[in-house]
Amino acid sequence: MTVVDARAPLQVSALAGAWQRLRSNRNWLGFWFMVPAAGFLILFLAYPLGLGLWLSLTDARIGRGGSFVGLENYQWLSDDSVFWLSVFNTLLYTFVASVIKFAVGLYLALLLNRHMPFKALIRAAVLIPFIVPTVLSAIAFWWIYDAQFSIISWSLRKLHLISENINFLGDGNWARASVIFANIWRGVPFVAITLLAGLQTVSPSLYEAATLDGATAWQRFRYVTYPLLTPIIAVVMTFSVLFTFTDFQLIWAMTRGGPVNATHLMATLSYQRAILSGRLGEGAAIATAMIPFLVAAIGISWFGLQQRKWQQGGPNND
Amino acid sequence: MASVQIHDVRKSFAGFEVLHGVSIPIDDGEFVVLVGPSGCGKSTLLRMLAGLENITSGTISIGERVVNNVHPKERDIAMVFQNYALYPHMTVADNMAFSMKLRGARKEEIASRVSRAAEILDLTPLLDRYPRQLSGGQRQRVAMGRAIVRDPQVFLFDEPLSNLDAKLRVAMRTEIKELHQRLKTTTVYVTHDQIEAMTMADKIVVMHDGIVEQIGAPLELYDRPVNQFVAGFIGSPAMNFIDGTVVGGPVPAVETAYGTRLPLAGAPPGSEGRPVIYGVRPEHLDRADDGVVAEVVVVEPTGSETQVVARLGTKDIIAVFRDRQQVRPGDTIRLKPRPSAVHLFDKETGQRLSA
Repeated sequence: MTVVDARAPLQVSALAGAWQRLRSNRNWLGFWFMVPAAGFLILFLAYPLGLGLWLSLTDARIGRGGSFVGLENYQWLSDDSVFWLSVFNTLLYTFVASVIKFAVGLYLALLLNRHMPFKALIRAAVLIPFIVPTVLSAIAFWWIYDAQFSIISWSLRKLHLISENINFLGDGNWARASVIFANIWRGVPFVAITLLAGLQTVSPSLYEAATLDGATAWQRFRYVTYPLLTPIIAVVMTFSVLFTFTDFQLIWAMTRGGPVNATHLMATLSYQRAILSGRLGEGAAIATAMIPFLVAAIGISWFGLQQRKWQQGGPNND
Repeated sequence: MASVQIHDVRKSFAGFEVLHGVSIPIDDGEFVVLVGPSGCGKSTLLRMLAGLENITSGTISIGERVVNNVHPKERDIAMVFQNYALYPHMTVADNMAFSMKLRGARKEEIASRVSRAAEILDLTPLLDRYPRQLSGGQRQRVAMGRAIVRDPQVFLFDEPLSNLDAKLRVAMRTEIKELHQRLKTTTVYVTHDQIEAMTMADKIVVMHDGIVEQIGAPLELYDRPVNQFVAGFIGSPAMNFIDGTVVGGPVPAVETAYGTRLPLAGAPPGSEGRPVIYGVRPEHLDRADDGVVAEVVVVEPTGSETQVVARLGTKDIIAVFRDRQQVRPGDTIRLKPRPSAVHLFDKETGQRLSA
């Protein structure tokens, strides 16, 4: 009895000591601060991604749990011409839209970086396409491209440039061009404003130094602005490519992938197969097939970023 | 190399005039320092010389040519910026070669000029580094290297040392002066630091509120400042100023409001009874039995000299002694200005009274 009595307080104090140590341990505290964020990420990102990967290996349908079928879904897709068409459409859509968004966005950013009256107002106005809900702008475009009431067709007819309305969303290539244009319209502000932010970090004295060094306006852009902007270009274009590649809303609101699948992107096809047709496994496989493309896009910009030696801190030897 | 003539130059920003007719002659090969408190227009003037700001009126000529409407790159000048303005994405060598590359110079010529400039400035081992990897002093030298490579008619420096720490600033000061002695290129150097101006310049231009207060050799400005502003601006610690009235007679003096008499070598003619400002530099005050009585407030020994802040009436004045002083705050000392080194300024206009 006496032995136990003697031991108990010791154990308590040892426990209390451990608790004290734990309480003052910054890593332990940091862990708890991290838990909510990690919880969100696991619940809403990692779990759906894992579930999607798993579904793509099953023959699950809506209302019926599937069983493991291995790579059967992928085999099926590899013979599916509509799937390959959607891959082609997605690549075309992403490439053309991204290139034009970059060019127009950079041009706009350079323009907005100049001194001009109502600068703040104009900069705010540029953001409008980005702020308008996608579906709303899609509906507006839907009207602009309408087979009968299109304002573009109407204007061109009044100018006697065409004799009949253009069937913007009814003809395959016109439809592709139309949705790409709508995507560019929505995406340019993001690129322009981000590049403008980048431009504003370039010290004006660099331009002055370049002017004194004899650089023309084009040379100042080519040798000063552009190289200094490359890091932010890499970031903004990675995001732009990712957003464009995974675009769903705009297409779905305007064409639903039509006409004859001419504007089906991988995301819209995946939705159609998985939700509308109920073939969850196949839809998941299409969505999963997007992953390699996205990883490649990120990889390119990542390695692009790493090549810039001048940005990285080096040995500061005096 | 070339001379530079700045003639009656004015500058307005949106109707607000910041330079009110500035004229400065600069000889070929001269090292001229524009000095003044911030906002005096010295940097604006330099940028006008470089062609980065328009000239509202007046003329600037480099050599024989009026350059008012000449594009910066045609002016044949090189400028060193306060923040160095090195291209962060180019190596040291590329930074220095940039202007020549733009001019389409031959590769061998670029390489030889860059390596010569690098040798002059001790930059050879750093040629492949990026600006990020350099210390402040090294960046400063690269900025100078970029200017040297161009072999311009005129070097312009815009407060080049203000981003460096005190010790490095002194070292770079010597380096720039040495460089000038070696290259003998006409140099215009802007600073707010009068010590830099004093130590480096062949000729100092003191500017204040958009006008030139005085132009002259450093010691000329120190010994004979034309007005109270220059007297107070040049010299550290600054000149002591004491208000008083000139008293004539056999022993000319300036009498303060408290009845203290400060000695004069001679009263300027017709100045008797006139309110003046009596200026005396800290090192021209001696301890003497017939000096004026002052109470010691603070004693600041710097090792090589001793600064004593003393209260004369209600005014604190500073005296600097080469030898160590055994005084403490609260002590009473007698200070006597050297009459030959006294400056008198008109109380109204601040102009120097001939004496």
